[in-house]
Formats: sequence, C-alpha cells, structure tokens
Amino acid sequence: MATLDAKIPAGPLAEKWTKHKNNINLVNPANKRLIDVIVVGTGLAGGSAAATLSELGYNVKAFCFQDSPRRAHSIAAQGGINAAKNYQGDGDSVYRLFYDTIKGGDYRSREANVYRLAEVSANIIDQCVAQGVPFARDYGGLLDNRSFGGVLVSRTFYAKGQTGQQLLLGAYSAMNRQIGRGKIKMYNRHEMMDVVVVDGKARGIIARNLVTGEIERHSAHAVVLGTGGYGNVFFLSTNAMGSNVSAAWKAHKRGAYFANPCFTQIHPTCIPVSGELQAKLTLMSESLRNDGRIWVPAKKEDAEAIRAGKLKPTQIKEEDRDYYLERRYPAFGNLVPRDVASRAAKERCDAGYGVNATGEAVYLDFASAITRYGKEQAVIKGLNPEDHQLVQKLGKEVVANKYGNLFQMYEKIVDDNPYETPMMIYPAVHYTMGGIWVDYNLMTTVPGLYAIGEANFSDHGANRLGASALMQGLADGYFVLPYTIGDYLSADIRTGRIPTDTPEFEAAEKEVKEKFEFFINNKGTHSVDYFHRRLGKIMWDKCGMARNTEGLKSAIEEIRALREEFWKDVRVPGGMFEYNEELAKAGRVADFLELGELFAVDALERNESCGGHFREESQTEDGEAKRDDENYTYVSAWEYTGDPGQAKLHKEELVFENVKLITRSYK
Amino acid sequence: MKLLLKIWRQKNANEKGKMVDYPIDGISPDMSFLEMLDVLNNQLIEQGEEPVAFDHDCREGICGMCSLFINGEAHGPDRMVTTCQLHMRKFKDGDTIYIEPFRAKAFPVVKDLVVDRSAFDRVQHAGGFISVNTSGNTQDANAIPIRKENADAAFDAATCIGCGACVATCKNSSAMLYVSAKVSQFALLPQGEVEAKDRVLNMVKQMDAEGFGNCTNTGACEVECPKGISLDNIARMNREYGKAIVSSKK
Ligand SMILES: Cc1cc2nc3c(=O)[nH]c(=O)nc-3n(C[C@H](O)[C@H](O)[C@H](O)COP(=O)(O)OP(=O)(O)OC[C@H]3O[C@@H](n4cnc5c(N)ncnc54)[C@H](O)[C@@H]3O)c2cc1C
Ligand code: SF4
Ligand code: FES
Repeated sequence: MATLDAKIPAGPLAEKWTKHKNNINLVNPANKRLIDVIVVGTGLAGGSAAATLSELGYNVKAFCFQDSPRRAHSIAAQGGINAAKNYQGDGDSVYRLFYDTIKGGDYRSREANVYRLAEVSANIIDQCVAQGVPFARDYGGLLDNRSFGGVLVSRTFYAKGQTGQQLLLGAYSAMNRQIGRGKIKMYNRHEMMDVVVVDGKARGIIARNLVTGEIERHSAHAVVLGTGGYGNVFFLSTNAMGSNVSAAWKAHKRGAYFANPCFTQIHPTCIPVSGELQAKLTLMSESLRNDGRIWVPAKKEDAEAIRAGKLKPTQIKEEDRDYYLERRYPAFGNLVPRDVASRAAKERCDAGYGVNATGEAVYLDFASAITRYGKEQAVIKGLNPEDHQLVQKLGKEVVANKYGNLFQMYEKIVDDNPYETPMMIYPAVHYTMGGIWVDYNLMTTVPGLYAIGEANFSDHGANRLGASALMQGLADGYFVLPYTIGDYLSADIRTGRIPTDTPEFEAAEKEVKEKFEFFINNKGTHSVDYFHRRLGKIMWDKCGMARNTEGLKSAIEEIRALREEFWKDVRVPGGMFEYNEELAKAGRVADFLELGELFAVDALERNESCGGHFREESQTEDGEAKRDDENYTYVSAWEYTGDPGQAKLHKEELVFENVKLITRSYK
Repeated sequence: MKLLLKIWRQKNANEKGKMVDYPIDGISPDMSFLEMLDVLNNQLIEQGEEPVAFDHDCREGICGMCSLFINGEAHGPDRMVTTCQLHMRKFKDGDTIYIEPFRAKAFPVVKDLVVDRSAFDRVQHAGGFISVNTSGNTQDANAIPIRKENADAAFDAATCIGCGACVATCKNSSAMLYVSAKVSQFALLPQGEVEAKDRVLNMVKQMDAEGFGNCTNTGACEVECPKGISLDNIARMNREYGKAIVSSKK
C-alpha cells in the first residue's frame, strides 16, 4: 500500500520551490535520450508537458483521442489566464495571487503547491508571448488585463473569448516543432485503456487505436496523465463530449488514490437547459460578469408573467429588478466567486423568481455597460454623450469588441439578440477540482505515474477561481513536471527500454479485450447514452449544487443499481476491430458509473460546506456555507479496494503556516 | 419537424460508400444539427443497426472536430458557424437534407462522415511554430510592445480552428486559407520574423506534398469558413512566399 506523503520541501514558503529545484536529482542531457516518457492528453497540461519534456531531450510518446492534439478540451476555454504580473500596478503580487487562490479554494488546498503556482505564473505569460500567442493588447501595444471573480485586481490575460484556443495552439505549435524533429511521437485517435504497473512502477499503457480498433501496448519509464476533468459524470456539462474519467479511473484502480472526488465546480453563467434531448451545455464566460449585471424580477408576479411569455425583461422597471448579487455581496457584487454566484441563482429560482419557461434561469444584462462604454467613447471622440442612439451604437461596438464571439454563440443557440435583451443564464457543471492525488512533485501514489492539469486535485481546493485552470495546466506542464520528473527518472538511466512482452502487459491487454468483447456480445436493449443520461440526472439532483445525507445515501443506492442494469442491458452495435464510437463510449460510461458512487461517498463523508461542496446540514442562518475547520481540514484521498463504494479513506492533513483560516466573506 | 435525411454511409476507407435514406420525426427547431443526429443514432442503436459515424467534440464551434457537407455546403446553410452550432430552425418541416463527408484527396474517408485530416497537422509540423524553448528565462512579455492593429490581425488569423471547410469547399481542394492563416499570424508579429522565410517555404512545400490543389482565387473558402478567416491572409502569404523565394535566390 502506498503511503500518503506530500513531500513538501522544508523551509520558508517563498523559498521552497527554488530550493527544491536545487536539491532534486537531474538527468544529464545524454542520458535523457535513453529515457522514454508517455504523456496521455494533449490539452494545456499534456501538450505543454510533452513539448517541454522533448525539448529537454526525453523521448516522448503523446496520446489523445481526438484526431489532432489541437482539439483537446482546453481549446474551449474562453475567458482568460491569471498571472501575477502586476502590469496594471493595482497592487498585485505573487503573494496576493497565492492568497486569493487559497481563500477562493476555501482553505482546502496545499499552501506550498499554490504558492509555487503563483510563483511560476508570470513565466507562463512570457513563454506564451514568445511563442506568438496573440493576447489582447491596449493602444500602447502592451498587454491588456481583465478581472475575474473572487479577486480585487486585474490580473487576467486574455485573447477575446478564445484564450484557451490561443494558449492551446501555442502548446500545439511547440509540440509540432518536436514532432517534426521526431522527438515526440504523436498518437492521435488513440485512447488509453489502462496503466501497466511492473514491479510497483508505472511502465506503460494499453491503448486502443480508435480507427482500427487494434489494442496496443506502449512502454515507457514514466507515464504522465494530463487527461482532464470528469464533469461529464453529470452527463450535461460544459465539457466537450469526449471528456471522460477513464484514464484517471484506470490509474485509480491500479493504485493511484483519488482525492476529493466530490469537489465540483458548478459555473453560474451557462446557457440554460432547453430540451430533454440536449447533449451538452454551453458556457458564457465569467469575463461577462465584468460588465454584465445579474438580476431577477423583484416581484413574483413579474417573474410569473415572464415565464408565461406575457412580459419582456426590458419592460421591467429598474426599481422592480433585484440585482441579488449586488444586494447580498456589496463588496464583490457581480464578481463573487462561482460557487457563491451559483448558489445565489439557485436560491432565487427555487424561491420562484426564475425567468425562463422552466423557471431555471436568471438575467445577465449588458444594458448599463453599453450605455457606460458608449458615453465614454462619445466623450473620447468628442461627440455628444447625450445622444442616445449614438451612445448605444458606440457602446455596442465596445461590447462586441470584448465579447463578440460569446454574444454570437449565445444568439445562435438561443435565437435571441443579447445586445438588445438580457441573456438568460443558469448554473451548470463545469470543472472538477477533485482528481488524482499527487504529491508536491505531481507524482501519484503509484511510483512513476504523474498527473497534471485538471486530472489532478492539487491547487484549487474546494473551489477554483476563474482563469486559474489554464494557469495551472501550463504551470504543471511547462514549469513544474519537467523538473520534478527528473528526480524520479535519474534512477532509470541504466534501465534500458522497457519490454512489452511481459506478463504485466499481457494481463492488462487481456482484461481490456475481454471487457470490449463483453460489450459487443451483450446485445442488451438500451444505448450507452440512455444510461449516461440517467446517471447524470441522479448526480445533478442529489450530488449537485446542494447535498444532504438522505439524498447522498439514496444516490449511492441508485448508482449501484444503475450500474448493474447497465452491465446487463447495454447495447453496443458493431464490432471491436473497427471505428466504433459506441464501444468507446461504453467503456467511458462504465467508469463514470463507478466514479459516480465514489463521488457520492466522498460527499457524504465530508459533513461540512466548503467551496463548491454545499451540505445543507452545514449552513449559517442566512444560508451561507459553513466550513468546519476543526474536523475537515484535510484532503480526502481514496484508495480503491475492488468496490468503489468500499474505497478506503486516507487523510492528508492540511497545514496552514502562512495564512489564517477565516470565514470566506465576499460581503 | 419531420425530415428525410440522405446520409453517406461507408464502412471504412477501403470499401465503397453510398447514400442511404433515413426518415426522422419529432425533431425540435431548437435542437442543434448534431443533436438531431444523436436522436437518429439512438434510434438506430435501439433497432440494432449501426449508428452513423461523425466527428464532434466541443459542440460549441471551437475545437474544429465537426465537419459535414450539408445540402452541398460545408457546415451547412448558416454562415459563420460550424456544424455543431447549426440549429434545426434553419430547416423547414418536410425538408430533405443531404449529409456527406468533407471530400478532398488529402482527406480520405475513415468511416461514414468521418475523414482523416492529419495532412493539416503535417503542414504545421513543417513550420507552424516559433522556435523557442521553455526555459523560464524568456524575456518579459511586455518587453516588445506590439501595435494593437497587428496584434488584433494576428489574433484574427489565429482563430482558424483547422476544420477543413475551406478545403472541402474549394473546387481545387486547396488548403491556402488554412495555411495562410498560420503564416499570417506569425508574419504579423515580431516574434515570427526570424524564421519567416523557412516557415513559408516549408509549409507550402508540405501543403503541396499532401495533395492539396492550387489556389485559383475563387474565394469560396472565405465564404464557408466558420471563423471568417479573410482572403487577405492568402495575399499576405503570397507576399511572404515571394519575398522568401527572392531572398533564397540571392
Ligand atoms: C467551456 C469552458 C471554458 C473554460 N474557460 C476557462 C477559462 O477561461 N480560464 C481557465 O483558467 N479555465 C477555463 N476552463 C477550464 C479549463 O479549460 C480546463 O480545466 C483545462 O483546459 C483542462 O486542461 P487539461 O490539459 O488538464 O485537460 P484537457 O484540455 O481536457 O485535455 C485532456 C486531454 O486528454 C486526452 N484524453 C482524455 N482521456 C484520454 C484517454 N483515455 N486516452 C487518451 N487521451 C485522453 C484528450 O484527448 C485531451 O487531449 C474552461 C472550461 C470549459 C469547459
Ligand atoms: S481557414 Fe476557416 S475553413 Fe479553413 S480550416 Fe481554418 S477555420 Fe476551417
Ligand atoms: S464539435 Fe467542436 S467545432 Fe464543432
């Protein structure tokens, strides 16, 4: 059994990382050529890691299930990336970014990891600019910034609403350079099916070629998982359709502990669910909350009339609107952190003030921003700021320049013009803070197996701040893992190639084949999606924005029953040795059905509210989340024992030496 | 809505394909085009038939994974959207809809509506990057100011999602719009200058080697491009190419 030692270096917080880098073992350049590393995933984390490892001289094999590394889910990130550059001179610093992240995470993350993240954040921006990432600039030609929720400074770098795309294309270009030189061997349309552990160390993977269906063995001296988050356990989420937990779950079954599975981020600003057959939800970036004001009607009659289609939002007078975030949280207003904003929206809708046909939507309104910007522009241009039409036109131009693609996306989906009427939004599953447990070196409890990016649990505690996932993915991949992995690999310079004709590879391959054969031969009555949708509904109703003992207990029972039904009754058409998306999906949903149970078990065990995890039993009188530091200041790391409901809990106590634990208040 | 779908079915790269009819009912105008195909596929699966294979992932118009030639147009009848962003409200009850893969010599069919676009990646391997290692000592990001117009134009070029609609639309199957978008992005930024000459020569060489056709300036690519990548980029790439040829002759 693995032990839970986070391996946090000794010494003052600000010196830990530098000292650690000086103390760890290195592999000399000539020896790196003798070492192979597998990187699964080519998102910001995996892509940046693959590029950097190969630049350092390691032989890298990289895998992704899409047809090109450029299509990893990171491409969809919209709003921005944080970095403590203090270009705006508004008092930002490494310490402040560290502090905001610890506080934003509701004191459930590790000080040392978060500090390191803040420390390397500035390097990320320099690196990306050097690669040619076209961040937004001001008229002086310098980089521009915006604000995100939960902070009081402007430290978010962005490229319109396509920041993730531009950063990922940067990492992709760095990979391309190495693919061209033969230092990275890229396997597109390949899905990792298992980790192969030899003598207690991760030594390779089993992968399936999604075009031919062939099952392949790949060996290496270390395996890195940058396989993203598991939000799709809810079926409906803002994640891409293919995002899955399988790689992480397979690692878990091979001995990697899974940390804080119930820490999920429900993002407040998504386009509301419209129909029964909907396949996914679309995010409207948090950056919109810089300029958009969130409200519902103050009177129930008005909300009812709107739901019945008898009243339009623009007909509701200013004094009849309830800007509930500004009312409840005057200090942060519309820019409170995501968990707070989501719960507040749910509270209003549950109370009967929701605004679309389903009653599950609130408004995000740009009218005041359009007027404000329009007046500003009129003054700058020496025109009349009292000319209403002119002001509207100029204001809309500014808003279009900032958020144009988001507005277009909204209009296409909802068939409504957000420049004229407020957007309708509602919370949706977006990100998973939980993930594979890793130590300070980003190594899991399986030696030689690493997890980076959203796939690990490390930096965001119980709630992630906006624009911090991109930062973490690139920090892990460009600046942390490439160094820390050397410490482990330095013992492998004489190992030689890892053979794949060993019993461990054989056994792992056989298991994968048998499972697929089972699916093909099962000939049940329902498609994979049928089960996935049902799982999603259980998760959303009982493990979503508010959780309680009774609901969680029944979720556990229901998921177990659904899992049994799935294995009996799922139908997968086609064969194994061909392109077969249903077969790939069946494997992923089988894993979601196991993870879902562990998720509920974890949520049940943590009888406190913190960050995105809201236990109804643990709230203040005015409905705010109540943390229980005395009993729950730890990371829950679960060890697989053969049944997800019977996982064994290990606790990593969180020690805070540099910040004081206080009640998170945004009032 | 009730529709008749005529869909290209092809078992794999080696077998011949054909159009097959699928009547479908109960489609809501608010559904996306791919949700409509999801509905069809779930029906096919429950009837014991093989679902229609198509590529997709993000379903919000950014990953570039979805494709489809719908009623003779790449990404369908709407403008400035990808297939995943196309909604059924663009069609009428009773319509017949033809659904085919993106066709080009350089994009062989994998199965049904899925094609192999790895040629696009190989063009990028040939030069779609700036050679800078990750060291942590790169100069400060604000050390070189970049004019906002240039930064914005570079960004516009960089928003290409690599979907391949330009190739599928072009009667010559030319990849000029796609390749020029990357060449332009770097040509507009000071960081791209050092390798400008090799970049354009190598990328164009690879583009030709992949079997993409020549550009005859029909402009069809720009019309169908879901991201509005402009023909100006092609002009810019031609200038870059010209400069590179002249200087390599010197
Ligand atoms: C709509 C949206 C907007 C967002 N906006 C922001 C934002 O503005 N700022 C911010 O900081 N964060 C944002 N986020 C969060 C952020 O985008 C993600 O957390 C981050 O990009 C994850 O990166 P990653 O590299 O860890 O994983 P991903 O980008 O998800 O990549 C996963 C990779 O793993 C591969 N993979 C997965 N499983 C397997 C397998 N079994 N076999 C082989 N390959 C596999 C995939 O092919 C892919 O290459 C947003 C998220 C969403 C959903
Ligand atoms: S140029 Fe346009 S059509 Fe061509 S690949 Fe890029 S986004 Fe697609
Ligand atoms: S599925 Fe990603 S662009 Fe259409």
